[in-house]
Amino acid sequence: MIFTVLIPLLLACFIPFISRFKQKIHTGVFVFFVPFAIFLYFIQFTGTGFESIQHTYNWIPSLGINLDFHLDGLSLLFALLISGIGALVVLYSIYYLDRSENLGHFYVYLLMFMSAMLGIVLSDNVFVLYTFWELTSISSFLLIGYWHFKEKSRYGALKSMMITIFGGLSMFGGFILLSVISGTTSIQVMIANADMILNHPYMPLALGFILLGAFTKSAQFPFHIWLPDAMEAPTPVSAYLHSATMVKAGLYLVARFSPVFADFEWFFIIVSLAGIITLCWASYMAVHQTDLKAILAFSTVSQLGMIMAMLGFGTKAAVFAAVFHILNHATFKGSLFMVAGTVDHETGTRDIRKLGGLFTFMPITATLALFGTFSMAGIPLPFLNGFYSKELFFDSTLDLREGMNATASFLAEAIPYLAVFGSIFTFVYSLYFLFGTFGGKTQVDKLAKKPHEAPFGMLISPAILVLGVILIGLFPNAFNGTFIAHAAEAVYGGDIVKDIHFWHGWDSTAFQMSLAVVGLGAILAVTRTKWNGVYQVLPGTWSVNKVYNSFMEKLDIYSRKMTTFYMTGSLRLYMALILSTILIVTAGFMLATNGFTIDFSNLAPVSIIEVAVVLVIIAAAIGTVFAKKNLAAILIVGVAGYGVALLFVIYRAPDLALTQLVVETVSVALFLLCFYHLPNLKKRNDPLRTKMTNAIISVGFGAMVTLIGISAHSSDWFGTISDYFLETSYKLGGGNNVVNVILVDMRGLDTLFEIAVLGIAALAIYTLIKFKTDKGGK
Amino acid sequence: MYKPNDLILRTTTSLIAFILLGFSIYLLFAGHNSPGGGFIGGLMTSAAIVLMYMAYGAAVLEKVLPINYRTMIPIGLLLAAGTGVGAFLFQQPFLSHTFDYFYFPILGELELATAMLFDLGVYLTVLGVTITIILSIAEDR
Repeated sequence: MIFTVLIPLLLACFIPFISRFKQKIHTGVFVFFVPFAIFLYFIQFTGTGFESIQHTYNWIPSLGINLDFHLDGLSLLFALLISGIGALVVLYSIYYLDRSENLGHFYVYLLMFMSAMLGIVLSDNVFVLYTFWELTSISSFLLIGYWHFKEKSRYGALKSMMITIFGGLSMFGGFILLSVISGTTSIQVMIANADMILNHPYMPLALGFILLGAFTKSAQFPFHIWLPDAMEAPTPVSAYLHSATMVKAGLYLVARFSPVFADFEWFFIIVSLAGIITLCWASYMAVHQTDLKAILAFSTVSQLGMIMAMLGFGTKAAVFAAVFHILNHATFKGSLFMVAGTVDHETGTRDIRKLGGLFTFMPITATLALFGTFSMAGIPLPFLNGFYSKELFFDSTLDLREGMNATASFLAEAIPYLAVFGSIFTFVYSLYFLFGTFGGKTQVDKLAKKPHEAPFGMLISPAILVLGVILIGLFPNAFNGTFIAHAAEAVYGGDIVKDIHFWHGWDSTAFQMSLAVVGLGAILAVTRTKWNGVYQVLPGTWSVNKVYNSFMEKLDIYSRKMTTFYMTGSLRLYMALILSTILIVTAGFMLATNGFTIDFSNLAPVSIIEVAVVLVIIAAAIGTVFAKKNLAAILIVGVAGYGVALLFVIYRAPDLALTQLVVETVSVALFLLCFYHLPNLKKRNDPLRTKMTNAIISVGFGAMVTLIGISAHSSDWFGTISDYFLETSYKLGGGNNVVNVILVDMRGLDTLFEIAVLGIAALAIYTLIKFKTDKGGK
Repeated sequence: MYKPNDLILRTTTSLIAFILLGFSIYLLFAGHNSPGGGFIGGLMTSAAIVLMYMAYGAAVLEKVLPINYRTMIPIGLLLAAGTGVGAFLFQQPFLSHTFDYFYFPILGELELATAMLFDLGVYLTVLGVTITIILSIAEDR
């Protein structure tokens, strides 16, 4: 099973070599056999007596992350969709994409995507699932931006990337929480331990994060905005990714985890509410689109919302209907995208206002579109699969679980009405799509090319999909028994044997709802142009896209503002920030831990000469700060330095005193040298406020350091090790000068690196001076 | 060009420089037992050299002491590190020092310590560093 996931990736590695032959043979021909073979492989698992299969390949066993693959009914349904529609899309793309295009890139991305998608549906390990999930985001980003010279492609690719990666990361968080809660990374084990997870306090958080991932990927309201913009991709990509596979990854995720969460009442509320809102909003939005693919994009969003809502209901009937509709939607929506692509290819436009009356020019395409749209609209004809699942949908809305709280039961009351409302618009845009394109008057003069029937090869794939629509419509129970029921059982976690019948009788409420949809929808569809004004009013300026765009724009503006606010380039400001941060953190920590202790019991007596020297140093320090001239400041600093040397003498540190004297002299000399060479700088005249701030920071910092010093002295918890040095200096080091013995013998390593520092400094100065380039930057 | 008559400076320098050099050597060798050591000794030696530079100028200094002070930095560092590495020969950890008392024909019994070699490395490095810094800044135009 792992090979089905890896083979597309492996082939993708060879595509660049194969695509060299593209002048003679279309690269897609080579690619076609891979999804086809995978489809054949998976078809062997269909049948009435199906048992789930589990395979494990070690990847990171120490973290419990292994390539665990699990094939059950749900995975099988998705795997068949991915490989089957994948094969058809590749076939379609052979005729759709010209050989002058950059085919190598296209098929590499497509195969990458196929692998990732198969990986998602087959993974049993949440982290492996997440890996493949992000791979779909990346490959979909590449595919949407395939015509990267178009600005809208780049915009759409970036948008979908931002939104799906946002969701993917939050899903990752949810997975981490889940694996922490359950102590396993295997989805099947989590399902087995659903009770434990449900009762855990972190469960709502994990659920929320995972649902966010599912909603962004499956384009649920308000994250649906990336999908219409992803229509800038080549049509085979739209047909594959944005109708049949990737957008269903979110549905797969919800379905996969619904055995874990379905008993949690907020799962019902959140998922079905999101689904039903998406259904209504997107079907309403689809009605006034003018681009064929935009209609289909919003239509996809609304259908996804419908499936999501059914998954949220979580009843036996709803789960079955959801799984059934996943299959149905993939068939008719795939064919409709291919039809839209064919129309675009043969007439040069996708603008529905320019199209019309194409039935006479493209009868086969129009027939295929007819079946697809009628199935999508749910028109009660016994050979269209869309009607069955829509009727099951209505049926399931009427029989919701008993509301556990007020919100849930109110929602349960409202859902049937919303479902009818959304379906009416579904009906309207389906007819609009069909008759706007193929019915009415021909406007040949507005078209870029003279329309004609598409080449035979381009019609094969949509024809096969439409054949699927009809076959499922004619023999729903044959498909039901072989794999749909298995898939539904995997989601619901119990036995589902449900016969699908066309006719439920006039008194069936679901049938009455269908009739209402058809009736009201037909009226609205006929009078569609009269309502144009109304359609423009509601979304008007109020759209999620605007929110997204202004959010991204504001993010840019405010982050730049924030950066320019503190990254002024002024070293003075950085210094103030660094010092005040140290001040606040250290002082805050000391205060919080009650660290300041002041204890004067252990002090040495103070002699008058020490006081005198310290007073001189203090005077020098103050003088340095208030000195008017730089020269004076330098010299006064020298006074402080010599004062310190004198302190060393007083405290009996002759080595330090000697060194301090010499070093102070050298540094004063160097200061003077710098001062001599400096250009005549103007004296800074800071405003009083800055001066006060600086004063507060420096005084505070000094006070803090002083306090810490006193506290450190007051709490002398450990004895000193200097006794050891004094004792052993002569015995072990052979010297009477303890300081020197410490420097060269006991702590010789420090000295070694200190002289290395000196050496580096000297070489740096030498390099700076001798090897400076001219102003031209030689 | 202004040409100073610095006879007094030069005369005193030729006297004081030797005293300084001698003192700095004393500091270096006395370091183990009295205040002093490689660091201050190196600084004192460079003080003597700077004094000579100030009195006589770069050309004379180069003739009298034809030394490339930059090479003293790596030599000193190598010497200091070498005394550390040398401990390995005797199966000792890095920078282990030892000392012993030897009898010399004229000087009598003297203590010789490997730490002295390390201090010599410090001395050479500090000398090289200070002179390199001061001369390269001074020669900068």
